[in-house]
Amino acid sequence: MEEQKISVWGSVRFWRNTAVWVTGFAVLLLIWLSLDTIPQISAGTIEDLENGVTKRVPSAAVINYEIGYELDNKRKTEIPIIGGKQMFFGRNDYSEEEATELVSHGKMTVQSKNCMNCHTLLGNGAYYAPDLTKSWLDPAWSETGPYRPMTGKATTEEAMAEFLQHPNKYPTHARMMPDLGITPDEAIAVVAFLKHMSSIDTNGFPRNFNKIKGAVNAK
Amino acid sequence: MLSRVMNVQYESQKLAINYFQVALILFGAQLLFGLTTAIQYLYPQFLFGIIDFSVGRMVHLNAMIVWLLYAMIGSVYWLLPDETGIETVGIKIGRLLFYILTLAVTIVVVVYLVVQVGPGNAMSRWLIHEGREYIEAPRWADIGIVVVVLGFLGNVFATAFKGKRTGIVTVLMIDLLALAGLYLAGMFYTKNVSVDQFWWWWVIHLWVEATWEVYVAAVIGYGLIKTIGANRKIIEMWIWIEVAMLFGSGILGIGHHYFWIGTPEYWLEIGALFSALEPVPLLGMFVHVIYDWGKQAGKRTPMTNTPAFSWFVVTTFGNFLGAGVWGFMHTLPQINLYTHGTQWTAAHGHLAFYGAYVAALIGMMYIGLQGKYGLKEMRMTASAKWGITLLTGGVLGMTMALTIAGYVQTFIERGQWGATWQGYFVGQNSPWMIQAYGWRLAMGVVTILGFVFLMKDMMTIARTAQRENLKTESTATATA
Ligand code: HEM
Ligand code: HEM
Ligand SMILES: [Fe+2]
Repeated sequence: MEEQKISVWGSVRFWRNTAVWVTGFAVLLLIWLSLDTIPQISAGTIEDLENGVTKRVPSAAVINYEIGYELDNKRKTEIPIIGGKQMFFGRNDYSEEEATELVSHGKMTVQSKNCMNCHTLLGNGAYYAPDLTKSWLDPAWSETGPYRPMTGKATTEEAMAEFLQHPNKYPTHARMMPDLGITPDEAIAVVAFLKHMSSIDTNGFPRNFNKIKGAVNAK
Repeated sequence: MLSRVMNVQYESQKLAINYFQVALILFGAQLLFGLTTAIQYLYPQFLFGIIDFSVGRMVHLNAMIVWLLYAMIGSVYWLLPDETGIETVGIKIGRLLFYILTLAVTIVVVVYLVVQVGPGNAMSRWLIHEGREYIEAPRWADIGIVVVVLGFLGNVFATAFKGKRTGIVTVLMIDLLALAGLYLAGMFYTKNVSVDQFWWWWVIHLWVEATWEVYVAAVIGYGLIKTIGANRKIIEMWIWIEVAMLFGSGILGIGHHYFWIGTPEYWLEIGALFSALEPVPLLGMFVHVIYDWGKQAGKRTPMTNTPAFSWFVVTTFGNFLGAGVWGFMHTLPQINLYTHGTQWTAAHGHLAFYGAYVAALIGMMYIGLQGKYGLKEMRMTASAKWGITLLTGGVLGMTMALTIAGYVQTFIERGQWGATWQGYFVGQNSPWMIQAYGWRLAMGVVTILGFVFLMKDMMTIARTAQRENLKTESTATATA
């Protein structure tokens, strides 16, 4: 038959077998890497936080702590630093269960209100509004930033919660955030979710987060 | 005689036409909501509080995903009898599932537009939407989709086992099974946002950069055999090479989405390496189509369906440019660290989806149209030319505008301002950004014009072709 004379490079069977082997190998490698990754991105525990064990995704109880984002000399990227205890809506003794429930309620609210179709979370979503990955640490919400005084609140968490409930009252730009009917409880939960998200080790994204402010605002 | 009756003998192909029709309606909806959101970029008060950006964007994206899936299912129902030589098994159930799916899609869209948002609890996720980009469909609809797709797969498998199982059908069977299975990875709630996005990318990335790509490789293979009489043996060999290259690079290429979501550092290397290889098969597909075209031109055999073939040429260019080149431009972590989640991403997303999937599936619809009226030959009409030119030009124009916006945003917001809240708005306020958004809007309008021509053409091209064919027949008899 003619088939026999064709070199392997022109043989359908050869390429079909190649396709099967290559695909099988890629799938197995992906599964193996996923089995390694999932435990690494599963949330840590409250004990980890107490003992200073770093996790890529810390326990939700991280809302009891101060969070920083600093250049790490070894990795040469910015990484989240978990500092001392810090009040969050007047408390710093959220138990693991309480904190986990709160952050989860926040995440459900973020999903129900469709935040991701204007903002990005961990850089994924829409580009109509600022990235929320490290919004908890954003200087705009700090003591000196423009938004906290605008809401007349004393702390970052209260200022953010107030803004979330009444975005119409605090237009930060012509492109306003709509009123999504976020309740006071939901607002607290969303802020807890955002605080927790800022403690995730994102390999240095976003880069240079507010590091060159002085150079830009050379007042 | 000019006839408007369907000339299709297979029920499967009649059903395919119905799938194409709903797909085109949803394509129109997609463009409409793209328009409202593009206007909001420039005039934020437009429809504010009525159809907010988030709502319009959700409809824009979901209409796109759903219409592409409709067109994909339709194309399979079209080619299945041709390939297997028999009527599709279980076609009655297939038709019933079509009506169920269409009803479900209608309800989902109405709820998106009317209810829009719900309270932060599980009920919202089950009944309104899931709030996860691209796969927002509420859980009840997810389950419905799984049932419908299982039925569809059942039909395809039963038909392939009963009839002739060609290489094209074999690839499609395996690929559709994987495509459907992946959807399950997006169907559960998790409290952990990193774990959430990890699985979310299994659906999104492993769809568009693995299973959907293999799907179009197989379908374009069928299309080339149909339109220019390409050699089946060579086509099937090429498809297997494509499968090896696409899956070999695309599956682990998922790592380019695992740079910054909390996942370990080794993904930086894996993602960079494998996703950098992803353009290779796309270049291969491009070369293959051009090569076959050259061979066909040499043989001087008539091309039986010029509009379909033109769309296949657009898809090979567009896939290579939009996915291959625009994808490669931001796929290395050194660059992606700064471009991640900027207008860069949107530029790539538009050209890639259009080039890889929209163009290929419109090509299949033209094959369907030709078959529907039993035409031996179908040539480009003026509207077909306007449609393909304005649609492609419009999307290319939007992509260029968004690429400029992406550059400016990356420099100002990411480079200069360190990605802060204030930096974001300084970037957005830059006159260069605003100008780019203006061009995106203008080019969006061009795209919509192209769609209008396409629709007009799809409704009239068969008549035109019948008239032309009659004319040539009568001149042929006159000279004889
Ligand atoms: C009238 C034409 C169109 C206009 C005006 C338009 C406009 C838009 C706008 C404003 C967004 C939101 C981007 C953001 O979040 O900042 C968007 C997203 C998107 N559109 Fe379109 N669009 C159009 C046509 C298309 C077509 C033909 C496709 C492809 C089939 C497409 C695919 C997408 C995709 C994939 C996204 C998400 C991008 C991402 O998240 O990176 N659009 N579009
Ligand atoms: C037809 C095939 C493809 C389609 C339809 C497609 C579409 C998309 C879309 C819509 C996004 C945005 C996702 C989001 O909303 O966050 C995206 C992201 C991305 N794509 Fe593709 N893509 C394709 C192929 C490729 C290829 C071949 C490469 C690389 C060579 C690539 C590289 C990327 C990268 C790096 C991102 C992440 C962008 C970011 O960090 O924001 N894509 N793609
Ligand atoms: Fe990807």
